[in-house]
Amino acid sequence: MDFKLKIWRQRDAADAGRFENYVAKGISPDASVLEMLDVINRELVAAGKDPIAFDHDCREGICGSCGLVINGGVHGPFEHNTTCELRMRRFHDGDTIVLEPFRSRAFPIIKDLVVNRTALDRIMQAGGYVTVKTGQAPEANAIPVPKKIADEAMDAAQCIGCGACVATCPNGSAMLFVAAKVSQLALLPQGKAERKERVIAMIRQMDKEGFGACSNTYACEAKCPKGISVEHIARLNREYLRAGFGSK
Amino acid sequence: MKLDPKVPSGPIEKRWSQRKFDMKLVNPSNRRKYTVIIVGTGLAGSAAAATLAEQGYKVESFSFHESPRRAHSIAAQGGINAAKNYVYDGDSVFRLFHDTVKGGDYRARESNVYRLAEVSGNIIDQCAAQGVPFAREYGGSLDTRSFGGAQLSRTFYARGQTGQQLLLGAYSALSRNIRAGGVTFHGRKEMVDLVVVDGRARGIVVRDLVTGELSTHLGHAVILATGGYGNVFYLSTNALASNASAIMKAWRKGAYLANPCYTQIHPTCIPVAGDYQSKLTLMSESLRNDGRIWVPRKGGDARSPDRIPEEDRDYYLERLYPSFGNLVPRDVASRRAKEMCDNGFGVGKTGRAVYLDFAEAIGRMGREEMQEKYGNLMDMYQEITDEDPYKVPMRIYPAMHYTMGGLWVDYQLQSTIPGLFVAGEANFSDHGANRLGASALMQGLADGYFVLPATIPDYLARTKFESVKADASEVTRVAEDAKLGIEKLMSVNGTTPVDAFHRRLGHVMWEKVGMAREKKDLEEAIEEIRRIRKDLWKDLKVTGSADDLNAEIERAARVADFIDLGELLASDALHREESCGGHFRVEHQTAEGEAKRDDEAFSYAAAWQYKGEGQAPELHKDELAFEYEIPTSRNYK
Ligand SMILES: Cc1cc2nc3c(=O)[nH]c(=O)nc-3n(C[C@H](O)[C@H](O)[C@H](O)COP(=O)(O)OP(=O)(O)OC[C@H]3O[C@@H](n4cnc5c(N)ncnc54)[C@H](O)[C@@H]3O)c2cc1C
Ligand code: FES
Repeated sequence: MDFKLKIWRQRDAADAGRFENYVAKGISPDASVLEMLDVINRELVAAGKDPIAFDHDCREGICGSCGLVINGGVHGPFEHNTTCELRMRRFHDGDTIVLEPFRSRAFPIIKDLVVNRTALDRIMQAGGYVTVKTGQAPEANAIPVPKKIADEAMDAAQCIGCGACVATCPNGSAMLFVAAKVSQLALLPQGKAERKERVIAMIRQMDKEGFGACSNTYACEAKCPKGISVEHIARLNREYLRAGFGSK
Repeated sequence: MKLDPKVPSGPIEKRWSQRKFDMKLVNPSNRRKYTVIIVGTGLAGSAAAATLAEQGYKVESFSFHESPRRAHSIAAQGGINAAKNYVYDGDSVFRLFHDTVKGGDYRARESNVYRLAEVSGNIIDQCAAQGVPFAREYGGSLDTRSFGGAQLSRTFYARGQTGQQLLLGAYSALSRNIRAGGVTFHGRKEMVDLVVVDGRARGIVVRDLVTGELSTHLGHAVILATGGYGNVFYLSTNALASNASAIMKAWRKGAYLANPCYTQIHPTCIPVAGDYQSKLTLMSESLRNDGRIWVPRKGGDARSPDRIPEEDRDYYLERLYPSFGNLVPRDVASRRAKEMCDNGFGVGKTGRAVYLDFAEAIGRMGREEMQEKYGNLMDMYQEITDEDPYKVPMRIYPAMHYTMGGLWVDYQLQSTIPGLFVAGEANFSDHGANRLGASALMQGLADGYFVLPATIPDYLARTKFESVKADASEVTRVAEDAKLGIEKLMSVNGTTPVDAFHRRLGHVMWEKVGMAREKKDLEEAIEEIRRIRKDLWKDLKVTGSADDLNAEIERAARVADFIDLGELLASDALHREESCGGHFRVEHQTAEGEAKRDDEAFSYAAAWQYKGEGQAPELHKDELAFEYEIPTSRNYK
């Protein structure tokens, strides 16, 4: 397959950045978007030019490293996939494809298509954990967790931390990301002791990092590679309210 | 130097407790005075960083990823073993020990393996307490399943994303300790060399991957938890950035590298389809619980699989190994798949694939339950191949997956450089010549949560540290050398991008040092690898600058190290005139085509010492003694 590409190039954070045009020829329909970029980069290097920088690692949709805005859509025009999972067979031969970095106030651009997503780590550091030191754990089966609860917690815990929810949100909110962790730990008995402090600390950090507010557009759920449900945002809101009223 | 594995004596079930008791402790108020440098934030690195910080040490943690959570451990699918015996099917610490020693084809140290089995249950407790959402039964207790090489159900899992959930558990512990100030995390920093002062590991030099800047970090002990070297094969199931540079730098500084030829080829991966492919995707071994592997009885049978009736199918694993069937260990399953394809029974366009069929399982449990158990794998398969595995059998083929070899360590997980410790897939310690499924996660977390946090304090307490000045020539020279190394790569100024050299290397490794190895091929491989090295230093082309984010430089440096490792791997394979586990020498097999070990001659771990550029490495033998397990030929019939 052949494609015309418009790709965002930006030397560093200070550079203004611009689109540049490339052509991709003879791409296998089974190749992923990133494998197409590999081909372009080999050609650029062979021609003595600076290759296009983009983040990636596992290339199977689990590490959360990759993330491009493709034809205006976060991780591409479809739902529930990561950029590395998106195969070229989903496009038409001869299409023009526009590739940009995730854009959000909280994700400054480092170079080309690479952004800094450390704000998400700092939210986790604020409270996305259960305080249990190594060696303090009780026997695992001592605390039963009904299957239904464990499954629901797992639905939330699947978050790969890619930031698609932020990039796709008109307000640049990280609510779905925060909600996934708050919800997972609020559901499980292990997380109950700290649920109040956790939700307050994580929300506070989220605000501090410059993420926007949630106005229930639900764009995030559609774009989440794991399809994490906005119901977790509802649970987060309940957690936040009860934390505020000082009840347990 | 004579290798001292520091293995405890006495009854095996008391060895670890006795050793823990014999170890020296550091007074809590003194712990802040010690800095431990940890490279890697996979399961092993994150677990160690969190635990040592909880104990009160100052931890400096490094990763080339931006976030600790991106480590390759995140991709593990199937599960983690533990001898909990929750289902009461005859499991015990001793049984897990037995299975692991046998599964490793009697090439691992008994004491290490026993310790691993002994702490396995604590790992599950720890992870459950962190909020890892393990699969549960209706009553709320933990669910398990079975994995290759075991006849019982001891594998704990979180859907098909066990590695993700365990890593996020360790990451949450790490995050908590970053917040509390015990750990300082340095992301997008790649270790480019090790600082050794007066014979002790005292620090590392790292390159900032965004600015290209080199900086030196000093401490009292260094832990490498940098993962495996499977990408020496170019195509593997590993994440693309996984590399061997950290262990190769340590090797050149005097740490011995053990058993590099013990590599694991995983039987169930999506086959190679074309040149564009940047990696091979694993379909978890857990699928072998419910999937049946077969090929048509008639070579070249072009009928679509659903048109091939039962009597025309050969379920060759069930036929050859009636008691383990589709659950034989990985090395056996991989070799048999290759053999079927070599003999012309392979399926698909390339003829290099066999079927993994779920029709029977779907009939038995229904599509919904199938989806619940393996949904993400089925989706992944469909996304990649454009075929629906609920309707047509998967086509699978073996691919490079895991490396049992790594830096040599003693029972304390210390390398031959005092103060340099190695954990997780980067060391060689527990799996012998073949790792059982679901045991890498167990080992990484055992090393990180339970072993290093006992052995590092002992080292710190016993060592009298001289203060090391950042401007001492022994220290500054390391960064200067690293700078020269990068300039050397940039200045070759040839015409060929690094990817081409990596592909060439991978091709030699797969064809000649892969599933079946032969003297003549190995000798040729070594020659060819040397040519690749020569060509790289003559014709490599790296574009862009060394002062900003430049994946080409990162890659060039990694491939240069892979070339050296590839040669060592092939030499190790050539020297080991026997077949064992993942190392299969065509010359050494039984009449039925099973691996033939030579315990008389090769019951040792081969630890290789670097002797200088262009010099042959020196072999040191770490002899294995079996007191509890009597090496027999592995029989999965
Ligand atoms: C697809 C797949 C599925 C698997 N499934 C299972 C399974 O179901 N069960 C099981 O038991 N095992 C499984 N494994 C194996 C298991 O995942 C790995 O062996 C294990 O996770 C390795 O963990 P680790 O901590 O040693 O290293 P890794 O997780 O590889 O982490 C390495 C770390 O080191 C860092 N690093 C490396 N070099 C440098 C450097 N020079 N400078 C700075 N940082 C560096 C990286 O950034 C990373 O943080 C699977 C493996 C694969 C590939
Ligand atoms: S590269 Fe890991 S999720 Fe895409």
